[in-house]
Amino acid sequence: MSDPELVEQLLAGKHRALARAITNIEDREPGYRELVSALHRHTGGADVIGVTGSPGSGKSTLVDKLAATYRERGLTVGVIAIDPSSPYTGGAVLGDRIRMGSNVGDMDVFFRSMSARGSLGGLSTATADAVTALDAFGKDKILVETVGAGQNEIDIVKTADTVMVLVPPGSGDDVQMLKAGILEIGDVFVVNKADLEGADRTVQELREMIEYQEGGIPGTAGHHGAVASVKESGDSQSDETGEDWQAAIVETVAKRGEGVEELLETLAEHRAYLDASGRRETQARLRYAEKIRTLLREDTNELLAEEIERRGGLDRFVDRVLARETDPYAVADELLEPVEACLDGRRGRE
Amino acid sequence: MSAEEKQALRCLVAKVGLDGHDRGAHVISRALRDAGFEVIYSGLHRAPEEIVQATVQEDVDVLGISILSGAHNTLVPEILEELEEYDALADTLVVVGGIIPDEDETALREAGVNEIFGPGTSIDAMVEYIREHAPER
Repeated sequence: MSDPELVEQLLAGKHRALARAITNIEDREPGYRELVSALHRHTGGADVIGVTGSPGSGKSTLVDKLAATYRERGLTVGVIAIDPSSPYTGGAVLGDRIRMGSNVGDMDVFFRSMSARGSLGGLSTATADAVTALDAFGKDKILVETVGAGQNEIDIVKTADTVMVLVPPGSGDDVQMLKAGILEIGDVFVVNKADLEGADRTVQELREMIEYQEGGIPGTAGHHGAVASVKESGDSQSDETGEDWQAAIVETVAKRGEGVEELLETLAEHRAYLDASGRRETQARLRYAEKIRTLLREDTNELLAEEIERRGGLDRFVDRVLARETDPYAVADELLEPVEACLDGRRGRE
Repeated sequence: MSAEEKQALRCLVAKVGLDGHDRGAHVISRALRDAGFEVIYSGLHRAPEEIVQATVQEDVDVLGISILSGAHNTLVPEILEELEEYDALADTLVVVGGIIPDEDETALREAGVNEIFGPGTSIDAMVEYIREHAPER
């Protein structure tokens, strides 16, 4: 299938074309950039929700139930589920699909498994581009599901408008939560498996952590402040944060669908907040700026790699650095020199 | 793009119908994973339409159907027909593993199955077959 044809068929609603487009994006097939470029102007209609949480926290099951509920409301859904791959063989077993039992045979839930593909890097770029394809296809809701650990994962959920973090009951004390750095990224915290022992405690711990974070600097709203000052700062806090989003906590039992309605309401509230506060646009601006920077970094890297190759490979330079004939900074300057000269030349002509 | 970014082969390992024997499918899934493939496992008791949905959406290079129930003459052609409806049959390698009597093989192959692996097939042979015959895209 040629690329213009692929774009045409994707926009016409052909599932096969959407699937192939995502494959091309994932594999970085020649022409994938043109493909994503052509799709971009058709995007902007979808609501993108990131779902993250430790393995076994129930992400896939919850995503399945969310998708089914959206479908009941007449909305179409895209899901991208990212699973780790073996760092040794690159192989992977992508198992999230097994949980999609509520959407059997419903082609309007487009579920796609992606592997993290180890060192390939650029996973967040590939994910964002796959979201572009689903958005252009016309999906109303796009759920991006990923194991919440590490920078890579955090980068991925940043492609979402709303980030949902699943916290299983009894997932350790509050230090664990601090360590994972999940508080900063979550708009909505979901204590899933809320029927298990320890759920109340987990909710309480989360609430404390969130309030502590909202309270800001200890001393203005900390535990040890005088009663009066606590009250005062409490008041100003509510004024100040009138437009701010305070991370919400929702309890669910995903396998029985409990709490899903409430979760959807909370997600809708966050969406309303994004629009009313202008956050949606701010986030999108940040996202696109970051995307442009990433692409530029990758492209200039590639350009320079070619140049290094042309000049006999990096090893030659390393040899000279080892022999103390030159140093890494001088080598970098030397290799960049033609680029700088070229830019200078251009500016001179302007 | 540099050579090390070449894509991994994607395979769907599928259990279809009322057939609870998944040991083989699990072993195959792991073996394919260790061979560097990306494996999507369907889980047990899937309907043909679910297999089709997964094959189309995941855009797999290889569909492996594991079936030990004896219902292959009904279920496999059903999957193949539906794949055709989504234009997904031509560029998907379809292999069947399980207990398939010799006299059924011809009909399955005519319906579009590329290869059938019976009991005793070595995993290496299977991996090699898939590598060799995975569709060019």
